[in-house]
Amino acid sequence: MKIGVLALQGDFIEHIRMLEGLDVQGAEVRLPDDMEGLDGLIIPGGESTTIGKLAASYHLIDPIRRLAATKPIWGTCAGAIFLAKTIQVRQALLGLMDITVKPNAFGRQVDSFEINLDVPALKILGNGQSYPFHAIFIRAPLIVSVNGDVEVLTTLPDGRIVAARQRNLLVTSFHPELTGDDRFHRYFLGLGR
Amino acid sequence: MEQQIGTNVVKRGLAQMFKGGVIMDVVTPEHALIAEEAGACAVMALERVPADIRAHGGVARMSDPDIILKIMEAVSIPVMAKCRIGHFVEAQILEAIGVDYIDESEVLTPADEEYHVNKHLFKVPFVCGCRNLGEALRRIGEGAAMIRTKGEAGTGDVVEAVRHARAVLGEIRRLTTMADEELMSYAKEIGAPYDLVKETKYLGSLPVVNFAAGGIATPADAALMMQLGVDGVFVGSGIFKSGDPARRAKAIVEATTHFRDPHILAEVSRNLGESMVGRSAASLPEEELLSVRGW
Repeated sequence: MKIGVLALQGDFIEHIRMLEGLDVQGAEVRLPDDMEGLDGLIIPGGESTTIGKLAASYHLIDPIRRLAATKPIWGTCAGAIFLAKTIQVRQALLGLMDITVKPNAFGRQVDSFEINLDVPALKILGNGQSYPFHAIFIRAPLIVSVNGDVEVLTTLPDGRIVAARQRNLLVTSFHPELTGDDRFHRYFLGLGR
Repeated sequence: MEQQIGTNVVKRGLAQMFKGGVIMDVVTPEHALIAEEAGACAVMALERVPADIRAHGGVARMSDPDIILKIMEAVSIPVMAKCRIGHFVEAQILEAIGVDYIDESEVLTPADEEYHVNKHLFKVPFVCGCRNLGEALRRIGEGAAMIRTKGEAGTGDVVEAVRHARAVLGEIRRLTTMADEELMSYAKEIGAPYDLVKETKYLGSLPVVNFAAGGIATPADAALMMQLGVDGVFVGSGIFKSGDPARRAKAIVEATTHFRDPHILAEVSRNLGESMVGRSAASLPEEELLSVRGW
């Protein structure tokens, strides 16, 4: 199995290390040729405007849209913004998932936070144990609303949506790649099987 | 677990989001918009770029908060600002106005000749400059969540950034081959906290993100630093002291992403217009060197 990680900017190496820990090959994607033979794609955290501009300049938008027709794609933080159909600012988008995202929804960096969240969909991956997922939010976006067949995977205690799935597409406002917990990575790999 | 803010994880985490990116010095909201449009992953809000700080002389201090706030309003990307070494009140002011990162910077005139800011006391993360591994680990010990080379700011000469990156990365490579019983003496020799020396050995890298800064002026300079092994680059005077800042800024962003692809580097290096004039770092008299500030 070979999973691409969009390596234009951001914490792509952290995702590749998580994949390697699961004995899955992680391939850095910077150009359309790097998309050959992928079984899925992760769009990492980073600066969403930077990633969007570089993806557009180097002609990656259409190849990613084509991949999305058959393979799983996961966006963490900036990647979630990039996957959304609607965002509340103007920037390059893949427009693949029926969600509306508000970038940097919690304030500035001093408002970045960590919190434990219950994610029922991960229960099956916890060796029968249900335990919270430690979620790290860094200048994080919020999923303001979901449409169509989008399934909400978890919310903050006040009900605001921070992870969702639509068929083979997955978004998280937070960064599982910055933790030692690989359940979200395994959940994502499961979307391709 | 209750929601927690200002933790080491979120402070270091924002720097992880900067990786593979370019952080650009800007002095006006217009500059900041040019930087954002070019694909900068953050901007450093300043009253003067380092080349002008050199030319202006006198005491260089934290920028007017009004300038920083106007830049924060203009762009959606993170905004950094500089405080003087050891000037913890400037840092308190920058935290109060909500900057996303503070650079405790040798480019400004140091406020304390013995001590740096105790960065653990702040919710906002700090980046600090270094010339070698000992200095990097001392700053991390004080709470820095990100490290950069000092280079020699405002010169447009990359040689000092190369020297400092090679020093830090080379020392880490040697550290990884040391036996555990050698670590205490090594920690003493380089003046670094033992626990951080040990952690660095086992990680094979600094425990925080490590950028290059000081003298980077071209796409090739940025790619050179990336190939040497840093996580991203700061560009100070190199962009807005050049003939065509928008074009050069975009080229440096693309060179930082595609740093191992000489064909793309050649393409983005074409027709960039005048680069900043620059001054050779070796020609600077000792009293004009900025990189020797900090302890």
